[in-house]
Amino acid sequence: MSLLELNGIEARYGQVKALHGVTLRVAEGELVAVLGANGAGKTTTLRAISGTVRRSGDVLFAGTKLPRRAEATARAGIAHVPEGRGTFTELSVWDNLRLGAYTRRGGVKEDAQRVFKFFPPLGDRRDQQAGTLSGGEQQMLALGRAMMARPRLLLLDEPSLGLAPIVVKEIFEALAKMKSEDGTSVLVVEQNANLALAHASRAYVLEVGRVVVEGTSDELLANESVRKSYLGY
Amino acid sequence: MVVPAFTWTEFAQQIAAGIRSGAIYAGLALALVIIYRSTRVINFAQGEMATFTTFICWSLMNHGFSFWTAFPIVLAIAFVGGVAIERVLIQPVENASVLTIVIVTLGLALLLNGLMSLIWGGANRQFHGPFSTRTIDVGGVPISVQDIGIVVVSFSLVALLGLFFRYTKLGLALRAAAVNPDSSRLVGVRVGWMLALGWGIAALLGAVAGMMVAPVVFLDPNMMQTILLYAFAAAVLGGLDSPIGAVVGGILLGLTITLLERYVGFVGSTLKLPVALLLILVLLLLRPGGLFGRVAVRRV
Repeated sequence: MSLLELNGIEARYGQVKALHGVTLRVAEGELVAVLGANGAGKTTTLRAISGTVRRSGDVLFAGTKLPRRAEATARAGIAHVPEGRGTFTELSVWDNLRLGAYTRRGGVKEDAQRVFKFFPPLGDRRDQQAGTLSGGEQQMLALGRAMMARPRLLLLDEPSLGLAPIVVKEIFEALAKMKSEDGTSVLVVEQNANLALAHASRAYVLEVGRVVVEGTSDELLANESVRKSYLGY
Repeated sequence: MVVPAFTWTEFAQQIAAGIRSGAIYAGLALALVIIYRSTRVINFAQGEMATFTTFICWSLMNHGFSFWTAFPIVLAIAFVGGVAIERVLIQPVENASVLTIVIVTLGLALLLNGLMSLIWGGANRQFHGPFSTRTIDVGGVPISVQDIGIVVVSFSLVALLGLFFRYTKLGLALRAAAVNPDSSRLVGVRVGWMLALGWGIAALLGAVAGMMVAPVVFLDPNMMQTILLYAFAAAVLGGLDSPIGAVVGGILLGLTITLLERYVGFVGSTLKLPVALLLILVLLLLRPGGLFGRVAVRRV
């Protein structure tokens, strides 16, 4: 059974329609990528799921209809790391992690230790204001915050954006561990299609608010138009 | 105006009086900052809300309650009232312009002021506080028990709030909702309720300030108006965004005004407000963000 199911989801910003019926699904424990050019609706797809943009159509999560309010989605077990990472820049690293665990009770210290093991720089900067972290550290913090929620589904928006390759590698390794150790399902939006397809089992390609291609990573890597448009060879 | 001779004992008494006024300003300024941080709006009804709850305390005491039994009841009423005001009056205009919300708070101030005149009449009333006005000897300086009591109560509340904001999960959620509502929703914080809770806490702070200041001045519907002006000044002095700034600003302002009034001949009691505001103006020209605030820098 699918953990997440979108059937013909539409979304709009004011008068402007950004999604024209997106259908996709994520199975339990699966890492799925959403690819596409700028403005194709990748970010909006994530926002439609978490309820941070007005949508029409039902999103099914673990078989039940997902409410349209962001705080309720979080409580249902979905962690959304938004575009721009959503760091609480004025609060400390530690407070950011505590907020990640807001919907849970107990085990905060243990989980934080685990995050620090994944990302040692965060442990060193525990009491530092999060806004003073480097871009890479802030991306680690964003992922750490999501880990603290022990989500069933993680929505991740452009984790590689503006980061050095070595940091990107660490981020994706942590993601793989979350998937294997916690069984977290991941829906990741990526500009870097090569990177995304290397880690995802399946992917969807969006164009102007619609899914135009879908398939396993291998299928997409073999697809000539995908290769030309998004992989650059 | 003739300034009487200077003595160290009297100077120490003036300092104590300054801190006492400062504690009141600090409490009210903190209330303003808590609301400002979450809604970006100055709550012009803060003074009237405080006076209203002080009148409730007065009524309870008239019905045979002692001050200290009335005190927690009034705090509870203030808190619930603050939450209710946010839910009923502020929440519907939450996404409106700042000007709209300001006008709602001004309307609320007028409404509460009118209600107080209607219920309790406009006359000055003596409010018998919990502390005696006799003085005790503190290291050779006679200081009134009332002044000490006001300072202790006000600062205990501020300290308790500080601990609450820093160490509890709810306090953290309140801070998070104020600085980053969108991300707060994404981690499951019910931001709307956090705003309401902020109003409740602000109303509670105002109630304490009102009940503390009422025995010093007289209780009437306009009791807090001048004090609210000082509290605005204190909040701006500290940097509107900073709770610590509000408290420090309040004490500094209390001290400055008291000492100016007493020791600077031409100032006296008539000019103390303009002179104090002039000093703040100069400080803001040098430090636009206030003492503890940060200047908002927008990247374009």
